Amino acid sequence: MIYASSGGAFTRVDGSERVVRPYALTAGRTRASGPAIDVVALVSVAGGMLALDRATEIMSELGPEHLRVLRCCRSRASVADLATELDLPLGVVRIFLADLRDRGLVRIQQPVPVGLQDTVLLKEVADALRRL
Amino acid sequence: MPYAGSEQTGDRHSVPVAIKILVAGGFGVGKTTLVSSVSEVRPLRTEEDMSEPSSMVDQLDGVELKTTTTVAMDFGRISISDDLVVYLFGTPGQRRFWFMWDELAYGALGAVVMADTRRLADCFPSIDYFERNGMPFVVAVNCFDDARRYPIETMRSALNLSEDVPLLLCDARQRASSRDVLVALVEHAVARISSGRDVTPAR
Repeated sequence: MIYASSGGAFTRVDGSERVVRPYALTAGRTRASGPAIDVVALVSVAGGMLALDRATEIMSELGPEHLRVLRCCRSRASVADLATELDLPLGVVRIFLADLRDRGLVRIQQPVPVGLQDTVLLKEVADALRRL
Repeated sequence: MPYAGSEQTGDRHSVPVAIKILVAGGFGVGKTTLVSSVSEVRPLRTEEDMSEPSSMVDQLDGVELKTTTTVAMDFGRISISDDLVVYLFGTPGQRRFWFMWDELAYGALGAVVMADTRRLADCFPSIDYFERNGMPFVVAVNCFDDARRYPIETMRSALNLSEDVPLLLCDARQRASSRDVLVALVEHAVARISSGRDVTPAR
């Protein structure tokens, strides 16, 4: 039910505010390339660990932050989860993810808002919540 | 909401499903408290373009070139199973944050609008938003210890709520109470779907 929290990778060791403005990490870009990435889209490393090896190879074009983001995707996670895990604004994480997607390193599953018709599933959700 | 690109197999649970729920309401009404009583809450930051209304409110002297602003949301997560997760987003209720809701509202199951009887008007913008958007919502009146209690019907008419919108009392500090609010929302959404009303929010 509860998920473990961990220190943000971009928070300084003494816990003080980061000194680098978030968009400095994205070379000033404020828009992600390609299709929009939903806040609850699920991200996973494409092709498992191979992608991590490949990412290391193309590190020259990607920054260390990209690698850090990629490492966080080792187990499937939502974009919102990644942003809190990395302690980065949503927009910044989206830019990194779009870069990784462009290079075929991550797989992003966009949610489709069709589940609202699925009353059986929603009843299951209500029952599960009742057990909380 | 299942995910695109997922293989449709006989086993529904092989398709991950995300249920997105918004928690809205005025400043200090108990959104963080509600989200944290049912899940572990974490701050989710967004850097947003500053909207016109915001630039009228926020002090910009000396930083006229600032075009984005950091907005923090409460983000909670309830894992029902590996492939079924409820995501809660506690969002600031003021009208100037609506631009942010548009994105969150996409594909959301519904919303909880929190109200405080001492400052009832603070939840009006949230109610307006969800009524306009056509998204299912429930109103949860957070019963603060020192707030006067009113009969449900009095509050309903003060909020000018339509009959089909559930209005309930809650104590956001209590897990069971917050849970009941979420259950009421899910059941309300099911009822609306069953009655054949289109609840898919427009983008």
